[in-house]
Amino acid sequence: MWEQILANRRRSVVLIVGMAVILVLIGFAGGELIAPDAGVVGLLLALLIWGGMLIAYFTSAEDILMHGAFARELKREDSPQLFNVVDEMRLASGLDFMPRIYLIDDPAPNAFAIGRKPETSAIAVTTGLMYRLNRDELQGVIAHEIGHLKNRDVQFMTLAAVMLGTIIILSQIVTRSLWYGGRGRSRSESRGGSGGGQAQIIILIVGVLFLILGPIMAQLLYFACSRKREYLADASGAQFTRYPEGLASALEKISQAHIPLSFASKATAPMFIVNPLTAADEEDEPDSVFASHPPSRERIRILRAMTGASFADYEAAYRRAKGGALIGARTLQTASQEAIRQPSGGGPIQTRQDSHDIARRSAGYLRLRCNCGLEISVPEGYEQDSIRCFRCGSVLPIPSATDAPPSPQPMPPILTAAIPPVIPFAPMQFHRSAGGGWESFRCACGRTIQLSPAFDASQIRCESCGRTIAVT
Amino acid sequence: MIMILLIPIGLAVLVLLWIVGAYNGLIRLRNQLENAWAQIDVQLKRRHDLIPNLVETVKGYAKHESGTFEKVTQARNMAINAKSVGDRAEAENVLTGALKSLFAVAEAYPDLKANQNFLALQEELTSTENKISFSRQFYNDSVMTYNTHIQVFPTNLIATMFNFGHRDFFEVKAEEEREAPKVQF
Repeated sequence: MWEQILANRRRSVVLIVGMAVILVLIGFAGGELIAPDAGVVGLLLALLIWGGMLIAYFTSAEDILMHGAFARELKREDSPQLFNVVDEMRLASGLDFMPRIYLIDDPAPNAFAIGRKPETSAIAVTTGLMYRLNRDELQGVIAHEIGHLKNRDVQFMTLAAVMLGTIIILSQIVTRSLWYGGRGRSRSESRGGSGGGQAQIIILIVGVLFLILGPIMAQLLYFACSRKREYLADASGAQFTRYPEGLASALEKISQAHIPLSFASKATAPMFIVNPLTAADEEDEPDSVFASHPPSRERIRILRAMTGASFADYEAAYRRAKGGALIGARTLQTASQEAIRQPSGGGPIQTRQDSHDIARRSAGYLRLRCNCGLEISVPEGYEQDSIRCFRCGSVLPIPSATDAPPSPQPMPPILTAAIPPVIPFAPMQFHRSAGGGWESFRCACGRTIQLSPAFDASQIRCESCGRTIAVT
Repeated sequence: MIMILLIPIGLAVLVLLWIVGAYNGLIRLRNQLENAWAQIDVQLKRRHDLIPNLVETVKGYAKHESGTFEKVTQARNMAINAKSVGDRAEAENVLTGALKSLFAVAEAYPDLKANQNFLALQEELTSTENKISFSRQFYNDSVMTYNTHIQVFPTNLIATMFNFGHRDFFEVKAEEEREAPKVQF
C-alpha cells in the first residue's frame, strides 16, 4: 500500500534524526553537568553512540535481532512444507525476494518479520506455531507478515528495535560499571584520587540518563507503531491468501494459547503478530492508545465479517466495525471484488515431535537411535566418542567422519621437491546407513553435520572448518 | 516582466515532471505484469518436471493402475507441447484433472501413502498447484491494477500517447475450478 510505504519511509527518517537530536542534547547536558566545557565531550560521545547504532543497523540488523530471539535459520530441507507455505505467499504477494526463514524453539505460538530491505528480510516462527496451526492458518500468518514486509513496516520496526536494543545494552553496561565502580570507589577515595571520583560521576550521570531514556524510548516505540499497521497487514494477508478465515482462526488460536513467550521484552513485543506479553491474559488486551497491537478479538471480528477477500472488502468490514476509514484512496482505487476461496483442509504441517526435531537439528544436535528404540539428541559440544543409552544402558558410538585412505596420486620426483608438502586436512569420509532418513555425524572439528533424506551428492563441506568429507 | 514568464514555464516543468512520473509508473506496472506471467511459466514447468518421478514412485506400488499412468503421461506431454496461450491453458487444466485422479488412486494403497518419497512428492506437487494458482492470482491482480491505471483520467492520456495496451486476465476454463454457482431466488 503506497500510503503506508511512504509513511514508513518518513517515520524512519524522523526516527534517525530525532535519535541524533535527543542523544546530542543529553550528551551535551550530561557533559556540562559534570564539568564546564565538557559538554562538547558529551556531545561527541553521543554522536559516536548514534553512529555505532547506525553501523549496527546497516550491517547486521537481522542477525542481531534473530540472535536475541534465539532463532535459528532453517534450510529448505529442514522443513519443505514451511518453505512451500512461505514460497506460495511470496508469489501471491509479488515479493521479489524469498525471505530467510528462522525457527524459535518455544511452545508459545507467535511469529514476526524483520528486515532492512526486501533482500535481507527474514521471518521467524515458533515451534508452537508450527504444530498448532493447519496449513491455511499458517499461511494466513505468513501472509500477514509478508504484508508487513511489503508495507515497509518491518524496515521501520527493525530500525527502532536496533536503536532501542542498543540503548538497553548501553544502560546495562553503564549500570554494571556503576555497580562495580561504586564498590571500588571507597578504595580509590582513600587513595585520594579525585580524578577517579570524577570518572565515577560521569558514569553515574550517563547511566542514569540511559536508564531514564530506555523506558521513554520503549513508550515512544509504542506510540510510533500505530495499531493501524496491524489492521493493514491483516488486510494484506486476507488479500494474498483469498481466505480471511485462515488468519482469523490463527489469531484465535494464538491469542487463546495463554502461554507467555519466554524471551520477549517490551522492546521486541511490537514486532510479533500478537503481543506476546499480553497474549497470556486475553481479558487484559486493552484497546487503548498505549497498546502496541489492537485486541485480537477486534481483528478476528473484522476478518470474519468480510464478504470477499480484497482490500475493498476489508475496508468495508473495518468501517462497519470501527466506524472510521483505514485504507488510502489510491490503494482502494485499484482494489476489486475478490471471492473467498475454499479451505485447503488438512492438519498442521508438522507434528509436535517433528517441530522439536527440526529445531534441535538446526541447533546442531546429533540424533542417535538406540536399538531399544530411544532417540538421543547429543549437543554439539559433547566431546567423547560414545554415549550410554539412558534406557537400556548400551554404549552407542557417535558417528564421526573417519579418515579416508589418501587417494594415490603419484607425482614426479622433481615436482614433489619443489612443492612444500603441505596437506591442509587429511581426506575424510562418512558412510551412510541405508535407512534413508535424516542422518547426523560429527566432523573432526566437532561440528554436527546433518544429511537430509534428499541429499544425494558425493561429498559435503563442513561449514566450520572447511573440510570436504566424502559421503558414501 | 520575468515574473509573468516564470508562471507558464513553471507550469510546463510541473506538467513535464508529471508526464515522466506517470510514464515510469506505467512501465513499472507493465514489467511487474510480465514478470508475474513469467512466474506462472516457472511453476508450470516445475510441475512438468516433477511428474515423471511421481509416476515412477506410484508405479512401484500400484502396478495395475496403468490406465491412470497413461492418462497422466499423455496429459503431461500435451502440456509441454502446447504452443498458443489458449492451448496451454486447456492442456494445463487437463493435466490438473489427471493428477487428481492419480492421487485418488494412491489413496487406496496404504503402503504407498506411508512412503517418504511419495509424501515428499505429494507435498511438492500440492505446493506447485498452489503456487500456480497464487502466481495466476498475482498476475490477475497486476493486470487489474495496470488496466485501471491506463483507463483512469489523467493517466489514460499518457497510455494512449505511448501505446500502453489493455491486457487480458488469465481466465480459468475448467469446470471444477469455477466457484459454485450462486443460487438466485
